[in-house]
Amino acid sequence: MASAEEASRPFAGLSDVSISEEIPVEGDIAVPVGPSTRDDEFSTLDEPVKETIVRDLRAVGNKFIHVLYPKRSSALLRDWDLWGPLLLCVTLALLLQGGAADSDDQGGPQFAEVFVIIWFGSIVITLNSKLLGGTISFFQSLCVLGYCIMPLTVALIVCRIVLLSVSGKVSFAVRLGVVIASFGWSTFASTAFLADSQLTNRKALVVYPVFLFYFVIGWMILTFSPGN
Amino acid sequence: MATPNDLQFQEFEEAADLLSADPGAPTLSMSASNDPAATAGAPAAGEDVRLDLSEDEAAQEESSELLGGQKSAGGFWTFEYYQSLFNVDTVQVLDRVKGSLMPLPGRNFVKHYLRNNPDLYGPFWICVTLVFSVAISGNLSTFLSSLGDPSYHHRPQFHRVTIAAVVIFLYAWLVPIGLWAFLTWRQGAERQVGGYSFLETVCVYGYSLFIYIPTSILWIISYEWLRWTLIVVAMVISGSVLVLTFWPVVRDDTRVTAVATVVTIVVLHTLLAIGCKLYFFQTSEHTPPAATIAPPIHPTPVTAH
Repeated sequence: MASAEEASRPFAGLSDVSISEEIPVEGDIAVPVGPSTRDDEFSTLDEPVKETIVRDLRAVGNKFIHVLYPKRSSALLRDWDLWGPLLLCVTLALLLQGGAADSDDQGGPQFAEVFVIIWFGSIVITLNSKLLGGTISFFQSLCVLGYCIMPLTVALIVCRIVLLSVSGKVSFAVRLGVVIASFGWSTFASTAFLADSQLTNRKALVVYPVFLFYFVIGWMILTFSPGN
Repeated sequence: MATPNDLQFQEFEEAADLLSADPGAPTLSMSASNDPAATAGAPAAGEDVRLDLSEDEAAQEESSELLGGQKSAGGFWTFEYYQSLFNVDTVQVLDRVKGSLMPLPGRNFVKHYLRNNPDLYGPFWICVTLVFSVAISGNLSTFLSSLGDPSYHHRPQFHRVTIAAVVIFLYAWLVPIGLWAFLTWRQGAERQVGGYSFLETVCVYGYSLFIYIPTSILWIISYEWLRWTLIVVAMVISGSVLVLTFWPVVRDDTRVTAVATVVTIVVLHTLLAIGCKLYFFQTSEHTPPAATIAPPIHPTPVTAH
């Protein structure tokens, strides 16, 4: 009875056991240590702020390089972040503001309009891709579409420089060429990342909205005219 | 070792009896099995291989509706429901677009091209493309028509996109809602014979707007006679797609209602086309920019320069 009672409680038989000093307890508790980054993740609270920012900046810069030389790598998809798209979107919207300084509504797109077009357009394209049966996740797709705006932002900077120096037909021809080249580059870069996630017989259905998206952004850049 | 005869089920003997009674009955043979009695029983197990010999169109429609794949999986608040509305391939979308460009009198768009699989991809992206093509082409035509005028300061009139979007999406959604509600109300009890579902109506209207995309691009060429010719051609094609689709549904009704419905469809379509042309493509060079803000809701004759 007592033994049964004792047996029912776990470790019941050990309540009066004491380890004498003579028995050496030794061993080797080896915990498998993960890669060194895991240690960093656990202790990012202690690192200086500069390191945190630099690490994020490096990730963003890495993705910019991936857009510059688009090849079918999964680095952009695996570690998505939305810093890059936000930076590009704000830059684009600010640079498109400088023109048409007279503030009547005949002018170029307002800041909010550019923002809405880029983000709402990206969301709609992502939803479209997912509804057609794509395997890419929501934020990964937003990340890719946002980062691939970079060639168009570069084109806008070039256009503004061209508008400062040259004028007339030559400037228009140069701007047209630059915008067309960057629009093609953006579309090609984003399809290089997005095409793998779609069924083969629906690829064109997914690529066409991306084409339209960058075409509209390219048109906004091309029709940018500086103020008086 | 089980012989094939041991695996025979009761139904096969029945089917064999049926087959021997009527040797001319339609059967399906599958190459995998070499037992003649088993082949006759195979169609009984399959779902999609039922031969429908009935000549009745209504019965065929109903059976195809039953046999067709699950259309609306889940309620309209689930993601799968909308995924079933995008269940089209590239080839199918291109096929439907082609069907909207070439309306033939024998081909009902809904029956021939949609085939119980209406999609929302086509209508949505055709409307979006139309919005941007109308706005961009309008902008381009204004720019080109004022090339020789040095006093004209080019402005990219971006608010037109917003207005175009509102007008076109309202048309592509409200008119099908109204038409479907009206037709359903008129059909009454016999709804399933020839009536279209709401999604099919939206689909037809969306695809019928496709012809306006190349038309709006061609409107950049600023000759008035060319623009009016393009409008007439586009309206004929697009309107006939709609009329051919909806005439079989309304012709059973009273004469007056049928004609009135068809005329209303055509008139609304015409209003959209002419409204877009007059608002976005104004060739008057000396109009001050302030005049382009007011959209003509009812198309009043605008005298070009």
